[in-house]
Parts: sequence; structure tokens; C-alpha cells
Amino acid sequence: MSLVEVTGLSVDFGELRAVDGLSFRLEEGAALALVGESGSGKSTVASALLGLHHGTGARVGGSVRVAGTDVQRASDEELRRLRGGQAAMVFQDPLSSLDPYYAIGDQIAEVYRVHARASRRAARARAVEVLDRVGIADAARRSRSRPHEFSGGMRQRALIAMALACEPRLLIADEPTTALDVTVQAQVLDLLHTLREETSMGLLLVTHDVGVAAESVDEVLVMRHGRAVEHGPVSRVLGAPVQPYTRELLAAVPRLDAPAAGSTAPQEAVLEEAVLEEAAPKGAVLEATGLRREFGRGKRAFTAVRDVSLTLHRGETLGIVGESGSGKTTLGRMLVGLLEPTAGEVRYDGRPHTGVNPAVQMVFQDPVSSLNPRRSVGESIADPLRARGERDEGRIQARVAELLERVGLEGAHYDRYPHEFSGGQRQRVGIARALAADPRVIVCDEPVSALDVTTQAHVVALLGELQRELGLALVFVAHDLAVVRQVSDRVAVMRQGRIVEEGPVDEVYGTPQDPYTRQLLAAVPALDPEAAALRRAERRELAAA
Amino acid sequence: MSGFPGFVLRRAVGAVVTLLAISVIVYVVFYVTPGNVAQITCGPRCSPEQVDQVARQLNLDDPLFLRYWHFLQGLVAGQDYSTGTSVQHCSAPCFGLSYQSDQQVTQLIWTKLPVSLSLVSGAMVLWLLLGVGTGVLSAWRRGRFSERVLTGVTLAGTATPVFVIGLVLMIVVCGELRLLPFPQYVALTDDPEQWAWNLLLPWLSLALIEAAAFARLTRASMLETLAEDHIRTFRAYGVGERSIVGRHALRGAFAPVIALNANNVGSAIGGAVLTETLFGLPGIGQELVHAVNVVDLPVVVGMVLVIGFFVVLANAVADVLYAVADRRVVLT
Repeated sequence: MSLVEVTGLSVDFGELRAVDGLSFRLEEGAALALVGESGSGKSTVASALLGLHHGTGARVGGSVRVAGTDVQRASDEELRRLRGGQAAMVFQDPLSSLDPYYAIGDQIAEVYRVHARASRRAARARAVEVLDRVGIADAARRSRSRPHEFSGGMRQRALIAMALACEPRLLIADEPTTALDVTVQAQVLDLLHTLREETSMGLLLVTHDVGVAAESVDEVLVMRHGRAVEHGPVSRVLGAPVQPYTRELLAAVPRLDAPAAGSTAPQEAVLEEAVLEEAAPKGAVLEATGLRREFGRGKRAFTAVRDVSLTLHRGETLGIVGESGSGKTTLGRMLVGLLEPTAGEVRYDGRPHTGVNPAVQMVFQDPVSSLNPRRSVGESIADPLRARGERDEGRIQARVAELLERVGLEGAHYDRYPHEFSGGQRQRVGIARALAADPRVIVCDEPVSALDVTTQAHVVALLGELQRELGLALVFVAHDLAVVRQVSDRVAVMRQGRIVEEGPVDEVYGTPQDPYTRQLLAAVPALDPEAAALRRAERRELAAA
Repeated sequence: MSGFPGFVLRRAVGAVVTLLAISVIVYVVFYVTPGNVAQITCGPRCSPEQVDQVARQLNLDDPLFLRYWHFLQGLVAGQDYSTGTSVQHCSAPCFGLSYQSDQQVTQLIWTKLPVSLSLVSGAMVLWLLLGVGTGVLSAWRRGRFSERVLTGVTLAGTATPVFVIGLVLMIVVCGELRLLPFPQYVALTDDPEQWAWNLLLPWLSLALIEAAAFARLTRASMLETLAEDHIRTFRAYGVGERSIVGRHALRGAFAPVIALNANNVGSAIGGAVLTETLFGLPGIGQELVHAVNVVDLPVVVGMVLVIGFFVVLANAVADVLYAVADRRVVLT
């Protein structure tokens, strides 16, 4: 009998059918990835394996057997024994998935005591043991910490430790690395890999990131609209996909290696164009010298950006990559004039520029929170026009309609509200708003990190198109090294508020000089399972060095 | 300065500033309030000469800032008052003498305060037990019949005026069933047992009113916590509903309950007038209402400052409790 047997599973939330007739099996010790974009139903499947839809109003059909338990028919008591004991789940957001009020060791011990007859003391000892196992240094002392005293990566390790506590036969990991930096993601994936080698535990990995799947599993199941699109061994599905959707998905994934010629991915046209333009003579449009920014005062003072100088030329794209806390957003905001530098200055067209300048605009990361939900998108786009003193209502409307069409929406969308748009469309609105002021420079702060890969590819393509047609200079701030490679002419790598390496993309990505850049590049998941194994080996070497 | 001593120091300075501001406001309000204070103090049958004499004696003709200056002097250094024939010394902190009785306000406070503190401390224990208990039960039994009954009962509790609840309790418990004597204040230091028995009904009636708010707050915060991600984690690990509600969800209700409690304790010290009146308890609230009616400025200022002091104190204690309950909170 298989470890997991799912037959004809369907899950309905009211009118919405989230999962539609899905069937798959997972053998003892094997690893399967459910891959899909947001809304594909992959997390709903993961919850169904533990019967977490019971009592939530969702209607579940079909049959689910996990470790010999019929999840659909099981009593509450049987379900409790299954959960954590036989099959343990690691959730996406390690910050919110632990109780903020209790010590981490106590939380793990509590879960352990649900499943094992153990004294408090023995359970506490077990908690320290598993924390040590997942690589928490000084586990006995750290087990007394509250979650907020742990970093993101450590919290995710703690959640994995909780999962390990009762030695389950199946580990379900729902987007276990989505909230983590790329180097930390690599560490967590390596940990999962090692644990599987050592314990022969089965793994069901739910992820939107094809690269993460390639690193970690034997089999892949691609999902879309609640159905299985393609299912097979990882090297076959990722190497020679049969279904058009799988191909589209793979083509949209930005790659770290130089894009292959003749590929149909939309953003590659951008890159060629950028390469052509490189020949043209360029002057500096934005220059930053000795930028420094501190937050807080006295003992709590923190320097987010220290001594950064950079130049942005006309019509080029400068990528800024870095992990969370590297100061890249702070730098971007200083370039636009949203933040005053503590020291140093930003010159636009050779003149010092203080405060906001219509010619330098920004596109923000989160298209949901950067648009006012109570105002129509047309009003939001019209704001910069009105700010410049335009009073003629007819001209404003006409210009907004033109901008909406320019970014691939319809002029008639003027009166719609942000919630009526999808994430990608909202980001287009954000871009239209930035264009309204006729800028020459746009600073994009993580413009695509909240979007699915296929949407991401379209938005990136749009930015490239606009750049060519309007002669814009772009600063592209992002944590995703592959995306930055795709769009940038030059790239700057940031760490702890400094630029550690800067140069043309091909040089920085091809022959990285700084050890940190090398570490970052080695951490990026590869699409090809064999390449993934090579990178894993490379990481081990770098870690040993 | 940082850490706990720094916190206490900052709060103490803040409290002094707040209390002085309150006293200024009370003085100004009394100054601009219409009505002849000397006439009211002297009584309706006083002759105009007598009224003038009273006004002189109470320095009512002095400008506002001078009177306030005298008040501050008394507070810091104490003051001597001549009441016709004798001179009485009022040592610091001196809130002055009552216009009505010539009694020192400080002494008045010392006689009224124990009554109010007795009432509020006992009632607080009861309202926390009743309120939080009901809240936990209704969060646990959410959506079921028993929860609806509990919600109904607590709603009825808030909707019923304290004099109705108190009166009914008194008539039934003391009158019909004769389980307790009609309440009469006995000092804790005189006879602890009688103190508790006599205060039981006042405690209960005050607590029943307040408990409803705690029940609803506890329920709401617990339901909010129950929808959070970390609760899902423990469900997914087979932790039982009892532990999820009683251990993880309840913890999320601590902070709001602490905040509400600080607020209620502070305001009940001076605000439980109805309960005090109904059960004949000579507390701060009753005294304050009386003093306002007869425009007895020194008594009003004294009582208001005592109430203000307890409000500030209750909130400082609440902040410390926050930090104890949630380690992420840093005292500033």
C-alpha cells in the first residue's frame, strides 16, 4: 500500500471548485512536488491530506488515504493521531506559524506529548534533540527563546524540527521557503534533502517555484485550476514537458544562465534590445555619491545604506540585487527622493535633487497596498497629473485613458477599483501611475516579486517595451537574481548597506569576483535536477571553505 | 535611563505632570462656573454680611492664579488655616479644608479611600473571573446553543442598571432568603470576615455589570487568535481543541483584557457612585458627587486627584503586565 493515495479528490468552497478530480500516489520514502501558480489548488490538496478542511464549510469529495488512514471517514481521534504523528506539515510563513507567546522548545514539546507518552521533561529533551538535528546552534539554550527572537530561517528550521519530533512517515511542506532569502532557502532545502537521506521519510512539497521542486523531489505534478496538467519524473517533466501549459510555465521562469537563442520567452526580446542600445552613447541621468542613511538615534541607530555611489545612464537598466535587510529598498527610495540621505547626494541631470522630482518616479513592490482601495484606479493615475497643476478634467481623463492603454489595460477601466483587478493588472496600474508624470527615470522596487511567474514575465516585458519606446532609464531593485539578470544591462550586488560588486550583467553573473556574489549565485535553485545536484555540491564546498 | 527603573521614573514624572494638569483644569472649571460659592457655602439663610465674611475667609475674591498658587503651596509645604477662633495646621500634602465642614481634605480622603478600594478590589476579582470565564466558554462553544445562551445572559447583564441588579439581589438575598445581613460597611482592619460578607453583594452587582464587557472582549480576541496561522499549526499537529482554546487562544486575549481592566479599575475608584449609594458605602464617588453639589472646591480637587492617581497607577501596572504577558513588548 502506498503512503499517500489520493483518488478523484475534489474540494469546493461554496461556488468555487478549488480542486477538481485529482488523483496521485506517493510511495514510502518518495518525494513529490505539487507545482502551480496561485489559485491552482495546490495548498488545498495539502490541507486535505491532513483532513484540515473538516468543519470549515468546504465540501470534500473523492478519497484520501494517508499512512493507512482514510482521512474522509476518520474520527476526530484518528485524525489527531494522523496529524503530526504519521504525517507532519511545515507551513509557509514561519513568522506567523508559531505561537508568539510560548518558548519554541515548549511548543515542540507540546506537540510531542500529544503523540508520545512522555513526561514533560522527556518531551522537552526531545525538543532540544530535534532542534539540534535541524541545525540550531546551542539548541538547549535557544529552545527557551520565543519565535520573535529567531531569524526567518531559524523559525523555518524550528517548524521542521516540530515536524520531525514524532518521526512521521510523511512530511508535507507547503511553500516552505517562499518567505526566505535565497541563501537561507538553499540551506532549508539542503536540510530537507539531508533529512530525507537519513530518515527515509516521504515528502510532499507544495511550491510555485519550479526551481525549488527541481532541487528536492523525484516526481512533479503540475496543477492548474484544480486539475493535474502533467505528472511524471522530475527530469522528464522539467526537461521534456509534453503539455503546453507546462512549457509556458517553464518558459516564463527567469533563468540564471544566459537565455538560449530562439526561446519564446517574452522578456528575451527586451534583453536583445538592451544589448543593441548599449552601443549608443549615453550620458549619466542619475548620479548618487557617497549615499548614507541611518535610522534611529543613539544606541538604537542603524545604518541601512553606507557609502553607496552609483551612476545610471540614459536609457539603461541598472539592477540592484540583495537579500532582505541589504538596504536596497532604502537606496531606491533615496534615489527617488522619498527619503533624505543622511549623507551624500543624488544628482539628476547634473543638478542636485532634493525632495521628489516628477522626472524620477517609482513603482512599488506590493500592488495591493500601494493603491488606495477606496479610490478608482483612474483617480490614482490622475494624481500625478493634478499634482503638476493640470486642472482640465477632459484632458486628465484622456491622458489617463491613454496611459491605461499604454500599459495594456483599457481606457474604460478609469472608474474601476483596485480589488477588481488581478495582481498583474494592479502592477500595470502602478506603472501607468509612474508614467503619468512623463518621467525619464523609473525606480522599480521589487515590481514583480508578488506575482506568479507567467504574470511576472508579462510585466517585465512591458517594462522593457516602455523603456525602449520612451527612452526611460530603469533602476530595477529585486531579490531574485534571475529576474535581475533578464532585465538589466548592469547590476550592483548589495550586502549590509554596501555595494559589494558592480558591473555589466554578463561579467557579474559569469565571473563573479566577490565571495558573497558567488554564494548568492550558488544558492539560486536550478531548473535542471542534475544542475541542482551540482549546485548543492558547490554550496557544500563554499560552506566548508 | 533604560530598563525597569527608567520606566518607573518616566511614569512617575508623567503622573505628576498629568495630575497637576488635572488640578488646573478643575480650578478653571470652578472659576468659570456660575453661582455664588460663598452663598452656597454659608447657606440660604445667611445675611449678605455673613456671606461676605465667608468669602473673605475662603479667599474667594483672590484672582484665580493666586488661589491656585496657595493650593500648590499647601500641597508642597502644608498650610495653617484660621477658622474663626482656632488655628489648625494642615501638613503637606495639604489639599486644603472643606468649605462645608472645615475638615482637612487629606483626612477625608483617608476615611473614604479604604471603602472605595475595598469595593473595587473585590469586584475586580469577581468581574475578571466571571467575564473571562464566560468569554472562554463562549469562544470554546462558538456557534452552538450554549454559546448563544451565554451571550444573551452577558448582554442582559450590561443592559440592566446596577440599581436594579443590586436592589433585586438585596431584596432576594437579604430580605426573602435572609442569607446575608443588609450590607453595612465594616473596615477590613476591624473584622475581615464581616468585611467580606458585607461587601459580597456590592461586589457582585458591580462585577455583573462589568463582566459582560470582559466576556465579549475575551471572546472576540480569542476568536481572532483562533483564526491566526499558528493555531492552524497546532491543529495540523493533532493538538486537542481544549488545549488550543485554553492555552494558545486565551493567551491572545491577555493584552486587551489587561488594558480594559486597567481602565475599569481606574474609573470604578471614583465612578461606582450608584453602587456606593445603593449599598450605603461611604466611598470616594459619593463624596465627590456631594462636594460638586455644594461647590466644595478643595474636596472636589482632592477627590479628583486621588481618582486620577489611581487611573495613572492602574495604567502603569497594566503596561508592566503587558511586558510580562508578551515578551515582545519593551517598556518605554
